[in-house]
Amino acid sequence: MNWLVDFFGNRANWSGSGGIPIRLLEHVEFSLAALLLAMVIAIPLGLLIGHTRRGAVLVVVTANAARALPTLGLVVLIVLLAGVGTTWPVLLPLVALAIPPILVNTYEGIRGVDEDLRDAAYGMGLRGRQVLLRVLVPVALPLILLGLRIAAIQVVATATVAAYVGLGGLGRYIIDGLATKDFPSTIGGAVLVAALALVVQLAFSLLQRVLVSPGVSRRARVR
Amino acid sequence: MGDTEPLVRWDWIGRNWPGIQQLLTDHIVMALVPVVLGLVIALPLGLASARWRVLYQPTVGLMNVVYSLPSLAVFIVLIPITGLAERTTVIIPLTFYSLAVLIPAVVDGLGAVPDSVRQSAVAMGFGPMRRLLQVDLPIAVPVVLAGLRVATVSSISLVSVGALIGRGGLGYLFIDGWQRQFYTPIVVGIVLVVALAVLADGLIVLAQRLLTPWARARRTA
Repeated sequence: MNWLVDFFGNRANWSGSGGIPIRLLEHVEFSLAALLLAMVIAIPLGLLIGHTRRGAVLVVVTANAARALPTLGLVVLIVLLAGVGTTWPVLLPLVALAIPPILVNTYEGIRGVDEDLRDAAYGMGLRGRQVLLRVLVPVALPLILLGLRIAAIQVVATATVAAYVGLGGLGRYIIDGLATKDFPSTIGGAVLVAALALVVQLAFSLLQRVLVSPGVSRRARVR
Repeated sequence: MGDTEPLVRWDWIGRNWPGIQQLLTDHIVMALVPVVLGLVIALPLGLASARWRVLYQPTVGLMNVVYSLPSLAVFIVLIPITGLAERTTVIIPLTFYSLAVLIPAVVDGLGAVPDSVRQSAVAMGFGPMRRLLQVDLPIAVPVVLAGLRVATVSSISLVSVGALIGRGGLGYLFIDGWQRQFYTPIVVGIVLVVALAVLADGLIVLAQRLLTPWARARRTA
């Protein structure tokens, strides 16, 4: 506990390029960039595969492979291959790790939509794309958001680990603290990262409440 | 290191094999102990949450929170209690991650038992304990094992993060390779971790086939 007081009570930790606000911003910026890139790739792909049902094997394989890949090894290898000292290659493993959960959940969400519902939409005269965007996506939204949440949490955690290869962000306190045996900094960094992860989790619960239609989440009472 | 450095230097692997084997053993222990512990703890907790539904929401909510905590952060917070570079520091958080996957799996598995089957068992004179062991749990096996596969594979890959606090099994190879700007250990580490995960996953699938002979009988019938 004294370590936490040491870390958070230290004025120097709150200002400058190594200060908590800047580090937090770096962490959030980087995670957000990785998540957005992963979304741009994985959501359309998941929608396409879920809607056309072609290439489902691809989804299952990437999902399993991604879980087995050690994040630290991937980060270290990619950065070493791309050249040490540059920051943007670190985005690559982060994006790669964020894609599978988004892809799988988008696909599963679309695929899992009730057949009757799909038929009814076609029966009402909607075309393929309209069925996808007006019926399938809203119904699948809880699962798509779940995939995004898992990916976001994964990215925040991996961005922490990536401090080891020189990425800024909150992981710096942990890695630098370990290297210099500065335990207040290490523990403080760990607490900040954990707090950020919890905030992400909370943000997605709120997002789910706002975005998912009451009819889908069964919050609306059917009379 | 020039541009000609190959991804894998096979002679390095040969020379360092005993050390790699040691890391592999350490890795297996740190990855599997949490999963076994997790299963042993998740069964009673899952049974309790399946029986008393009020417990379910809080348990799952808590597990969701636990699961979202980055592993490195949890390792660090445990260091003052369990020590730097100790197996326990890695095993304890991984046990909680396993629990976070396995408790919902047990609850969902038990929830998958059809009411008609449960009632038939009661009608045939099964007591609560015998019904649980001979009817409910066997039917829950596929869902529980699906959870076990996820828990095992994630546990195997997560152990390597422990290398940052000095105890990560094969993860040490990543640190070693990074510090010497040398690809081979990193590639060897990644390949071995993935191979281990695939092997463990295959073994669980095999166990599922042995534990649910009726699934195969139904497919051939």
